[in-house]
Amino acid sequence: MYGNLTIRPEDIENWGKKVQEEDPEKLAQFEARIARGEKIEPHDWMPFEYRRQLIRLIEQHAHSEIIGALPEGTWITRAPNFRRKLALMAKVQDEVGHAQLLYSAAETLGKSREEMINDLLSGKSKYSNVFNYPAQTWADTAVIAWLVDAGAIINQTTNSKGSYGPYIRALERICWEESFHLKYGYDSVVYLATGTPRQRAMLQDALNRWWRPIMHFFGPPDTQSVHTEKLIKWKVKLATNDEMRQQFLDMYVPKIWELGLTIPDPYLRKNPETGRWEYSDPDWDEFWRVINGDGPCNKERLAVRRFAEEKGRWVREAIRLPSARYVTPLA
Amino acid sequence: MIEVLESLVLSLADDELLIGHRHAEWIGLGPILEEDIAFASIAQDETGHAQAYYQLLTDIGLRTPDEYAFRREPSAFRSAHLVELPNFEYDYGLALMRHFLYDAAEQVRLEALRQSCYEPLAGLACRLLREEKYHWMHAQLWIKRLGCSTEEAHSRLQSALNQLLPYAWMLFEELPNEEEIVAAGWMPPSTELHRQWIARITPILEEAHLSLSPPRPDQLLPLQGARRGARSPYFEELYAEMTEVVASDPEAEW
Repeated sequence: MYGNLTIRPEDIENWGKKVQEEDPEKLAQFEARIARGEKIEPHDWMPFEYRRQLIRLIEQHAHSEIIGALPEGTWITRAPNFRRKLALMAKVQDEVGHAQLLYSAAETLGKSREEMINDLLSGKSKYSNVFNYPAQTWADTAVIAWLVDAGAIINQTTNSKGSYGPYIRALERICWEESFHLKYGYDSVVYLATGTPRQRAMLQDALNRWWRPIMHFFGPPDTQSVHTEKLIKWKVKLATNDEMRQQFLDMYVPKIWELGLTIPDPYLRKNPETGRWEYSDPDWDEFWRVINGDGPCNKERLAVRRFAEEKGRWVREAIRLPSARYVTPLA
Repeated sequence: MIEVLESLVLSLADDELLIGHRHAEWIGLGPILEEDIAFASIAQDETGHAQAYYQLLTDIGLRTPDEYAFRREPSAFRSAHLVELPNFEYDYGLALMRHFLYDAAEQVRLEALRQSCYEPLAGLACRLLREEKYHWMHAQLWIKRLGCSTEEAHSRLQSALNQLLPYAWMLFEELPNEEEIVAAGWMPPSTELHRQWIARITPILEEAHLSLSPPRPDQLLPLQGARRGARSPYFEELYAEMTEVVASDPEAEW
């Protein structure tokens, strides 16, 4: 599960300079290949900035998958029946598997998994803001599995039309798995929406809590986003944040209403003249506050990862030991 | 006789349910991503095995798997204390050693159950063994790999073994009504399975340079009676967590 790449102003500072340093002939060939729809592979020539932005994008995506396993993971041991328990375990396992695929894809660009994880733990590298909110009840897990995964599918399906081969191949598989998560999430939501009064209230509360983080999920509005023309030209970014948000609203608002749920935004409506959704300001200051570390769970999420990293150190040291006896796999 | 069958199947099923619960706690917290994924996968298998065992009872007119797992009174659980132990401070050495000791026991049990005169149980054992094979490969590969690596890894595994061995030993505590179970040909005597289990784990522990010394009677004494309903001190919290959502709205379907 992952939202959109967020580009901070400082990422763009040296942009022009770096591009000018590239060999203009190679750069032109590279851009022509992308324009023709060819895929760039690890050993191909690529501009420094393309490599740098892709590492950042794929790395953020991978981190989002492992951090994203945490809020839902805590509900596996509380799941109310076998069907849900097995499905939730499989879903969270998929998310960790996505991280594994994505770290491998990013490694083809020259940064090791270990370096990426170190950058996550130091706070240098980001992950999707949506995982800095808590999953307070069982209904939160249903809303996450349905709507956050739905958002992730929109984003990832868009990105899978990108230019970098290893990333798009990983995304194709990821989207295929995410589509099952969405089915699981929707099924869980339907049970709650058609269940007892307590279940319905639990679901509505969860939706109320998650609506704003979901609106934030696709990133700040295009008017606030720093200039991304180059990334779009290089097919690193394939749609603007607002385009993806509109697509999400178009697909899911009617489904949410159909279940008799309300959305906590009195101004949400589709303008019949423009065909676009209008909504109240989802508090973009909060978005930036959370991205900069001041969300409800930022500290906890990183603390859990640091704990796991610390606890597992001896295992990683043991398997890296050059003199360790090689054990023949049995398969 | 149906009560005897129920108590046998519950002891098998409850072990699977709770080991699945404990393994699932590793998702997101493993030492490397690949182990998060492996433990998640094993947890799914074990949980699925529990469901399949309970279903044997449903098929003869008893309760459903969900009722057994999520709506049963705590005193009716028949799990061994080994599977109730928490993951404490997320010590991977303990988790791995429990996985190794438990899956060796499960292999031995399932291989014996293939010959069970209770045909549905024999059929199920054949099916579960196909998945179990991979758990066992995973467990012994890691025990050997870590046992032969750094001093720290070796000493962590040795202390995990020392700590867990009495609990694992009691996986083979004599079942209530064992005489009837054996006479019906449903399962061989626990002492026989215990002997096979020792034979299964010993060579691997030796390869990993780990020493196995049988637990003293005073270590085993407090662990007695699990199959007759004596729960460990850790069960209550586990049970409360496992049934939290169901208990929040007992009339609801989820």
